[in-house]
Amino acid sequence: MARRRKLYTNARLLDPASGLDVKGALLTEGDRIVDLGPKLSSGGFAGDVEQIDCQGHCLAPGLIDMHVWLREPGAEHQETLATGARAAAAGGVTTMVAMPNTEPTIDEVALVEFVARRASDTAVVRILPAAAVTRGTKGEELTELGLLAQAGAVAFTEGDKPIYSPRLMRRALSYATTFDLLLMQHCEEPSLAKGGVMNEGEVAARLGLSGIPAMAEVILLERDVRLLEATNGRLHASHLSTGEALDVVRRAKQRGLRLTAGAAPHNFALNELDVGDYRTFAKVKPPLRVETDRKAVVEAIADGTIDVISSAHAPQDPESKRLPFAQAEFGMIGLETLLPLTLELYHNGSVPLLRLLACLTCNPARLLKLDSGRLAPGAPADLLIFDVDTPWRVDEKKFRSKAKNSPYDGRRVQGHALRTVVAGETVFQRKRES
Amino acid sequence: MLDHSDRYVELNRAVEKKQSSLRGRTIINLFFENSTRTRTSFELAGKRLGGDVINMSVATSSVKKGETLIDTAITLNAMHPDLLVVRHQDSGAVALLAQKVGCSVINGGDGSHEHPTQALLDALTIRRRKGRLEGLSVAICGDILHSRVARSNIHLLNTMGARVRLIAPPTLMPAYAERLGVEVFHDMRKGLTDVDIVMMLRLQMERFHGSFVPSTREYFHFYGLDYEKLAFAKPDALIMHPGPMNRGIEIDTEVADDIHRSVIHEQVEMGVAVRMACLELLAQHIPNWRHANPAGA
Repeated sequence: MARRRKLYTNARLLDPASGLDVKGALLTEGDRIVDLGPKLSSGGFAGDVEQIDCQGHCLAPGLIDMHVWLREPGAEHQETLATGARAAAAGGVTTMVAMPNTEPTIDEVALVEFVARRASDTAVVRILPAAAVTRGTKGEELTELGLLAQAGAVAFTEGDKPIYSPRLMRRALSYATTFDLLLMQHCEEPSLAKGGVMNEGEVAARLGLSGIPAMAEVILLERDVRLLEATNGRLHASHLSTGEALDVVRRAKQRGLRLTAGAAPHNFALNELDVGDYRTFAKVKPPLRVETDRKAVVEAIADGTIDVISSAHAPQDPESKRLPFAQAEFGMIGLETLLPLTLELYHNGSVPLLRLLACLTCNPARLLKLDSGRLAPGAPADLLIFDVDTPWRVDEKKFRSKAKNSPYDGRRVQGHALRTVVAGETVFQRKRES
Repeated sequence: MLDHSDRYVELNRAVEKKQSSLRGRTIINLFFENSTRTRTSFELAGKRLGGDVINMSVATSSVKKGETLIDTAITLNAMHPDLLVVRHQDSGAVALLAQKVGCSVINGGDGSHEHPTQALLDALTIRRRKGRLEGLSVAICGDILHSRVARSNIHLLNTMGARVRLIAPPTLMPAYAERLGVEVFHDMRKGLTDVDIVMMLRLQMERFHGSFVPSTREYFHFYGLDYEKLAFAKPDALIMHPGPMNRGIEIDTEVADDIHRSVIHEQVEMGVAVRMACLELLAQHIPNWRHANPAGA
C-alpha cells in the first residue's frame, strides 16, 4: 500500500448529514475518508500517518456551491476556472457547479466535456458543469439532456434566465424524469421584470429607477409548481428573494412535490437600502428586496424551506460596473464571502450551525447526487477546517477572484476557512495574518 | 437661493445684462440627452455672468465612439473646467460623474431621478406670483413615473411647506408614491379640487417600455388639462408646465396659452435667473473667487 494516510486530530467534527457535533479526529487514506470519531486517537498509528492538528477548530465536509458563474470559455478576463477555483478554495468550497452562460453556451456534449477537462487540468477544486436546458439558452429547442448528463452535466438550467415558455418547461420537466435530472430555475417572469434594475418599491421610486416587482418571482414559481404537479419532475428554485415565493415552496413541499429552494447570501445579508446612492455592486438578480423579505429568507433557512445556500458568484470587470446604474451588469462575486456571511445567521442566533452547514454541504450533495458533502467512511476526503469565531473585515484587495465586484468590501464578519482539502490534498491553507 | 435669483430676474429684464462675476471661469454644458431650453438657459446664465461657456452634446462627442461616462468625465476634468452642467438619460449618472471630477457639477437632469434647477425655477415662479410657498396646495399631474421634475418638485415643495398632490393613472404613478409625503389621486377632477397650482408634466413617450396608457386620445380625455377640469381648481390657480409641451395630449392649447392663468413662459424666464444664482453660488467656492465687483476684477 502506498496510499498516504492523514490524521486530522483535535478537531470539532461537524457532519450535518448525521447531526454529528463532537470533538475527535478524522482519518483519510488517499482521496477517501476511512474513519472518524471521538475515540480515534493518534496513539494507534505508526509513523506513516501524517498528522494535522486542527487546534480545536471545526472540521466539516468541504462546501458545495451549486451556483457560480465562471467566465471560461469566453470571458477569461473576468474569471477563469482556475482563478474561480482559487477563490473557492479560499472560501472553503471544494465543489462548485458552473453555470452554462458562457460564450459559447454549454449546450453540447463536447462543451460539457471541455469544461470538465479544463477544470480537472487547471482548477484546484472540483468544478461540475451545468448544461443549458435549451440550445443557446434561447428558450426554443431542448438540448440533449440525457447525453449531456452522461457526459457529466449535473444539472440543467438557463442560468441567469428563466425557462420561460410554459410548454417547453412542461416538456423539459417531463422528459427529465426519464433520467431523474435536476432542473434549476431562475424564477422571474420576464415580461414583468423587463427593463427593471432593482426591486420595485419605495427606494426605486425615489431613485427614479425602474423596478422588478416581487410578483415576477412568485408568478413564475406558482406556474412551475403546477407543471411539477403534472409531470412529477424535479425542480430547484435557485435563488428566492421574496416571502411570498417561499410560502409557495412551503406549500408545495407539504404536498410532496419535488421542489427545492435556494438562497444566496445577499438574499439574507442585504436589502434594497444597500443600493444606497446607485451602488452598482448591489445590482443583482433577483434584486435585493425589502427588509420583511430578507427576514422571510432567514426564517425559511431556519425552518428548512430553503435547502441550499449558494454564492451566485458572478464576476464582472470594472467596465461592466463603473456605469450608470441602469447600464451596469447584474451580479456580485461571493465565493470568498459565502461562509462568513452564512455564519452571520449562526452568530446572531437565527439558525443553528449544523442547519446552516447542511445548506452548504449535504443538501446540495443530495440534489446533485454526489457522494461528498458528508463526513463518513468511504466518502471523498473533501474537507474544510474553519474557525467559526475570528472577526475580520472583508477587503476586496485580498480576493483571489479576478473580479472585485463585491458589495461587502469593508464589512465586519466572523469566521473563515483555515484549510481546504480536496480529495485528500490541501488546496488552501490560511497564513497567519492580521 | 430664491432671493438671490430674484435679483437676477430684474437684471435679465434690463437692457445691459452682462455681469463679470464668472469672468475667467469655464463652464461646460455636457448634455447626453437632447435639450433646448435647459441647455440654452444654462448657456445664457453662464454668459450673462461673464463666464466662458462651452456646449458639448452627445452627437458631437466621443461618447458616440464608445467612450464610457467615466472616461468622458476624466477627460473633461483634465481641461480644468470650473463648473460642469450635466444632463444624462440614466438616473444617478450625474452623481457618478461628479465623483470623478474635481470641479462643481450641477445636475441638469438625470434620468427619472432629479432635475433640481427646474424645481427651483418652479418655486421662484410660484413665489413671485403667490408671495409664498408655505401652505399652498400644488397638484403635479401626468407622467409622474418617468418624471425627474416631479421628484425634485416633491422634495423642494415639501421642504418649503407646500402640500403636494400627485394625479396620474396608476400605470404612470411610481409604486409606493404615497410614501413620498404626498397625496395620491387617480381622478383629475378630485385631485384638482381647490388647488393653488396645477403643474402639468409631459408624457415622456421616449421612456416608455410598452404601453402605459391605451392612447393619447384617451389620456387627454381623462388626464389632459382643459377648462372643464381646471374649473375644479381655485379660480386664481396658476398653470405650469416644464416643457416641452405635447399640446392636445396633456394640455389643451387654449389653456396653455391663457395669459391670465398660464405662467409657462414665465417659468422659462425664471430658469435663467435661477441658473445664474446656482452658478454664482457654486463659483464662490472656487479658489481665487473675485466678488462681482468690476473694480476687483
